[in-house]
Amino acid sequence: MSLYALQKLMYHLNRDPKVRERLRDDPDTLLDDYALGTEERNAIAARDVGLLYVLGVNGQLLMHYTAFIGLEWPQYLQAMRDGIVTHGPVRAGIYAMTTVAPPIAGTKDEDAFVPPRASHA
Amino acid sequence: MSFVFCGICSHGPGITGRAGRADVAVRDAFYAQLARMREAIESTKPDALIVVAAEHFANFFMDNMPAFAMGMADDYEGPIEDEDWLAIPRTKVPGNAALSKRVIEAVMHDVDLAYAEEWKFDHGIMVPLHFLTPRYDLPVIPVNINCQGPPLTPLSRVWAFGEALRRAADAMPERIALVCTGGISHWPCTPDSGKVNEAWDRDFLDRWTRNDRAALLDYDDAAVYRDAGQGGFEIRTLIAAAAAARGAKGSVWFYEPIPIFAVGCTVAVMDI
Repeated sequence: MSLYALQKLMYHLNRDPKVRERLRDDPDTLLDDYALGTEERNAIAARDVGLLYVLGVNGQLLMHYTAFIGLEWPQYLQAMRDGIVTHGPVRAGIYAMTTVAPPIAGTKDEDAFVPPRASHA
Repeated sequence: MSFVFCGICSHGPGITGRAGRADVAVRDAFYAQLARMREAIESTKPDALIVVAAEHFANFFMDNMPAFAMGMADDYEGPIEDEDWLAIPRTKVPGNAALSKRVIEAVMHDVDLAYAEEWKFDHGIMVPLHFLTPRYDLPVIPVNINCQGPPLTPLSRVWAFGEALRRAADAMPERIALVCTGGISHWPCTPDSGKVNEAWDRDFLDRWTRNDRAALLDYDDAAVYRDAGQGGFEIRTLIAAAAAARGAKGSVWFYEPIPIFAVGCTVAVMDI
């Protein structure tokens, strides 16, 4: 795993427009600068948000990235869910599936959802 | 007496970026209390606003992650996010490097603190500023507590930091307002985004308004993660506000889960 390198790339993408330009114009050269595994490299090249989430990219890094690639909010949440279905549970990092997922906020299913009761009195 | 205001509020990017998808009545009730907070801050005639935030890898990464960091620049910029996505135009935000330096020097007597002469604001600061200083005419001093990359800043040190910040502010001739922004329970940036543990939040706010130090420090990260999500780690910023309030009690002006904003939207103020 080279999750650290993958997250560092996303950190640079999110805060530096020049890095985003390099990813667009010359991705191979940019990606060579980071010690990425093949799966990680392919996930970035394919903009595979679901796989990036499963690989353990911190969601805060991933959320900013999805904004730059223009993913709509429900599609972004769906992409993470699809990633888990396709690739299995989150493999590393502090983000993991902790619950049975409720409906995506802002969709028509949301109103019917009853949130779980707190275990903390 | 130059510590003039102490409050907390939410900062989720959906609060601005997904405003159009929320229930209008609830959203506007929340916005109204943020406006009330802006008026309350303005009425104290502050010279600077310290914003204690839980930033999200806009400036600090795991190559060199400070437990506490404070900005020391005459201006900052933000947001780093896509402007349309956040619905906040990129802008320059005024700072006050000289005042920052004096505050940092004072805090450092009690708590080790990193300083930063560059700082790009993310939604964690820009969303509160959008409501609280919408003309960007009040110098801002950004602070970060590491709520994102474990090992996280311990709550006991967060309390010490809040106390140190208060001592520092009291020692300044300038009038200083403090807004701390974070959580409470939420699961942002996960497939569970939109989930809120309202009972847990209300219990936290009860501890916060009573300013019960022992109860506020009686959380451990494993239980917070289980009950309040990884977003719950951001209670650090809110606890710092309680410490800075030095025993004053608080009142909650607004609390309501707004799922499309991915958080229990909160506005609360300490009666300092």
